[in-house]
Amino acid sequence: MSIEFTSSEMMCVTAARALTNGMTCFVGIGLPSEAANLARLTHAPDVILIYESGTLQTKPDILPLSIGDGELCESALTTVSVPEMFRYWLQGGHISVGFLGTAQIDRYANLNTTLIGDYREPKVRLPGGGGAPEIATNAKEVLITVKHSKRTFVKDVDFVTTVGFGRDGKARDNVPNIGRGPTVVITDLCILKPDPDTKELVVTSLHPNVTRDQVIEATGWDIRFAEQLDTTPEPGARELEVLRDLKARTNAHHASTQTSQQ
Amino acid sequence: MAEVLSLQEAVSRHISNGDIVAMEGFTHLIPFAAGHEIIRQKKRDLTLIRMTPDLIYDQMIGAGCARKLIFSWGGNPGVGSLHRLRDAVEKGWPNKLEILEHSHAAMACAYEAGAAGLPLAVLRGYIGSDLPKVNDQIKFIECPFSGERLAAVPSIRPDVAVIHAQRADRKGNVLVEGIVGIQKEVVLAANRSIVTVEEIVDDLGASVNACVIPAWAITAIAEAPKGAKPSYALGYYDRDNAFYKEWDLIARDRDSFQAWLQDNVFARVSEHAPETGAQ
Repeated sequence: MSIEFTSSEMMCVTAARALTNGMTCFVGIGLPSEAANLARLTHAPDVILIYESGTLQTKPDILPLSIGDGELCESALTTVSVPEMFRYWLQGGHISVGFLGTAQIDRYANLNTTLIGDYREPKVRLPGGGGAPEIATNAKEVLITVKHSKRTFVKDVDFVTTVGFGRDGKARDNVPNIGRGPTVVITDLCILKPDPDTKELVVTSLHPNVTRDQVIEATGWDIRFAEQLDTTPEPGARELEVLRDLKARTNAHHASTQTSQQ
Repeated sequence: MAEVLSLQEAVSRHISNGDIVAMEGFTHLIPFAAGHEIIRQKKRDLTLIRMTPDLIYDQMIGAGCARKLIFSWGGNPGVGSLHRLRDAVEKGWPNKLEILEHSHAAMACAYEAGAAGLPLAVLRGYIGSDLPKVNDQIKFIECPFSGERLAAVPSIRPDVAVIHAQRADRKGNVLVEGIVGIQKEVVLAANRSIVTVEEIVDDLGASVNACVIPAWAITAIAEAPKGAKPSYALGYYDRDNAFYKEWDLIARDRDSFQAWLQDNVFARVSEHAPETGAQ
């Protein structure tokens, strides 16, 4: 028996499965937030979600559009100031997993969210670093989720906003008080993990019905595949149902113009 | 001691061309009414500081108020680009905009250091990032005790801080609730401050550990109901996510932006609550 699902749903469910109860997760907005909340609403009800706006242990009923929607604050255990969030909770070592998206990623899992082209004369100006540069080094490990395309998966990023393993794969070597860095990258086609020695990203699992050629075609460098190449398990019926409900609730909420609620 | 003024008077008296202005509110309590008043008064050559420039600085940059921007994340949250910011950076419209960019952690620390009266902030940050290559305000220092290499950035000491809050009492003490962001830090870091509030009340109703900024730490208070719209004020109104999405279309095009500015900022007087245009 097979259930129908989209590649985006496959990506989200796979990313959600990377989170477990007991993790303290610093969540980026967008795909990471969607996956983290799916995890919380399915197999990991006790996963602790933290957003950089200062909301600790939040349980939003709908996905926030911004990192600081009221929903995050009202459903949180408590809300702290932004300096406290970054200094005590992140830099202080309380975050087990940083969960990030990106605009560009390279073979050493460096992330670029700053710009395409030259810094002084950008072709495309992107939003910038936000919380990511320090999340990536101060969290004990980093999960990345991003759609797979040649524009996104480049050999070398135009700008290292947020370090994965640096231009040579060695940026974390001998640096004190730094996390392990990216441990997994989940896309709509496959799962990639850094090679234990070189830190270059290697495909370890293909999603159902995805071919090697599709991944090669969507990657901007000569991508390697693990000798033991797995097939990612399909989404379950309940995961899909919860995800679809969550997205429907969210879309309905974000489409409505909010009025004064004194 | 905080002086209660009209918003028009507060901006006119305390913000001058060329000032370094930090208007804060981390997604929540963004002081849009004050931003629109600054646009109406045609303030120019401002150095604008804000962690997330958001729509407020997109509007002010597009209106020609800014010479320089210091920021750490310049997007429309969950939607995409800030098109007026991009147009200024990429094409120099309506004027060239110098940018200096940080990470959130560094800016949060820099505000805190400013509030603490220190010249610099120290953090475990920017490791392996290219940001220090393009921002000469990011340096690395060695911890004199452990020898660890740490990032240092100058503290933020703006001429003027502008924030929005839920309410003030009649003495001018201010209560901030919900996502408090860096509201307190920016006020204490600045030489002068303007706080707009939803309402002025007899009693703040603050719990003992609430985020209260005393009247004697604030320069001016102005009542501005719905003054954070289309962002939000917890307990008063929700974030207008539909308008944040709509802004993407309005701001994408110079003409539609200018028409919006004319109808929604210049055509309105400061005492009126700014409409989001999303109705």
